[in-house]
Amino acid sequence: MVLTSAARRSVQSQLLHPATKPVLFVLALLPLTLLVVGIVRHTLGPNPAETLIRSLGDWTLRFLCLTLAVTPLRQWTGLAALARLRRMLGLFTAFYATLHFLAYAVFDMELVWDAIVRDVGKRPFILVGTAAFLLLLPLAATSFNRAIRWLGAARWQALHRLVYAIALLAILHFLWMRAGKRNFAEVAVYAAILGVLLGWRVVRAAQGRYFMKLGSHSAKG
Amino acid sequence: MLLPKDRGFVHPIPSEITPRSVSESRRRWLAAATAAAVLGSRVAAAPNQTAAKGAALASARSTVPGAITMEKPTSMADATSYNNFYEFGLDKSDPAEHAHTLKTRPWTVAVEGEVHKAGTFGIDDLLKLAPMEERVYRLRCVEGWSMVIPWVGYSLAELIRKVEPTGNAKYVQFVTLADRVQMPGLRSSVLDWPYVEGLRLDEALHPLTLLTFGMYGQVLPNQNGAPLRVVVPWKYGFKSGKSIVRIRFVEKQPVTSWSQAAPQEYGFYSNVNPTVDHPRWSQATERRIGEGDLFAKKRPTLMFNGYEAQVGQLYAGMDLKKWY
Repeated sequence: MVLTSAARRSVQSQLLHPATKPVLFVLALLPLTLLVVGIVRHTLGPNPAETLIRSLGDWTLRFLCLTLAVTPLRQWTGLAALARLRRMLGLFTAFYATLHFLAYAVFDMELVWDAIVRDVGKRPFILVGTAAFLLLLPLAATSFNRAIRWLGAARWQALHRLVYAIALLAILHFLWMRAGKRNFAEVAVYAAILGVLLGWRVVRAAQGRYFMKLGSHSAKG
Repeated sequence: MLLPKDRGFVHPIPSEITPRSVSESRRRWLAAATAAAVLGSRVAAAPNQTAAKGAALASARSTVPGAITMEKPTSMADATSYNNFYEFGLDKSDPAEHAHTLKTRPWTVAVEGEVHKAGTFGIDDLLKLAPMEERVYRLRCVEGWSMVIPWVGYSLAELIRKVEPTGNAKYVQFVTLADRVQMPGLRSSVLDWPYVEGLRLDEALHPLTLLTFGMYGQVLPNQNGAPLRVVVPWKYGFKSGKSIVRIRFVEKQPVTSWSQAAPQEYGFYSNVNPTVDHPRWSQATERRIGEGDLFAKKRPTLMFNGYEAQVGQLYAGMDLKKWY
């Protein structure tokens, strides 16, 4: 464990503070607020539509990384209270993804739906991005407690494992978008972060199976 | 207030039309004011920049047919801060940020290949080679955005006639400077450096093909291709090579940088054509930079970028889907 038990207890109580969630909520709205201010004050550069679409995409990816970081961080630090924040981060991922898609549909495609359908068919990176967005929707729609009860915990968890596929599609979307200019520096950063977060889960799952096997052997012996 | 319904016959009252001389003097005044503002902010941001940047470059209005569009010019601030010039980085804002390292004096251009009078021209000789003209061209980027820019220069044909191409000269190749010291973008592997573009000789001789030294009444800012570049208004922007150091006349169609990097996406001709899509996106419309607010509608892209009357005959009988 990386924290002393006193430090852990103090951070833990901060995380459990009733103000923590509202503060996170306001912080998560900050990127959107700054973009709206930029629109109003005309500070988004010569091509504001492009800036808006791309920034919303960047923030979707950032919130996706944050969401996927919650569980590894919780295990690593022993801060069980981190789990309280996961749902909100996940919902903000879906929120920014929706705004990203809407900005594309409105500013790039001017809401001509058959043009959007054609564009999805024509550009692989649009197809992959759209797929990631559509897969996010059922996760956002089943994020409340009662949905877990309705679905049953096992089925709910299986559904929400879709987020791993979404992460892979999202990074592929970004990579393909940057492929035109072979501009991969930023893509590599996000790929590395997602690689660690997903890789950690693969290793854990493998270890879990290994220990289960050991356990069943020793039970027989 | 009730306005009379416009049946297409409502004309402005002649006395209310601004006389051309007045609007032109306003334009000059605005250009000078903008230039002063831009220069001021640049000096504030980068005190090591020389005062020579933004020097005035006098010109007369061009009389070449099609050379002056009446569309509203893009602001100089936008035209000098939203650029593709990969030698200085891949983001649109990179050239304006990094191109100050480009040394534009001394500068020479080697003119060589299939010509009777090959030679090396200094930038000052080139500036004096023919009278400077102002031309207000539409610029359409292959990425789907456009601007309207008042360039200063003269028809490339003036230089071509001076060097007397031989009968073997069928194409002209333009080579951009590639200096790792001055151009941080050369570290990127996006293209094979130097950047090479080319035209058929008859395209290069067309009076609209401009050897360009300035914009907005000033010498070219570095990020826009100083100290000289080509501007071919009916082709996608990447055909208009910047910061040129070599012009070579050749018999065979030259291999150009983008058609080499992605041959299925970028052809040698790359004429603006709304009916031939890029493999990854539509070319039917374009976003005019600086036009209206965020929700401004895109414009329909025009055949040959609106220069069909002037250049259409160059491609008579050609299958433009095949020769994209």
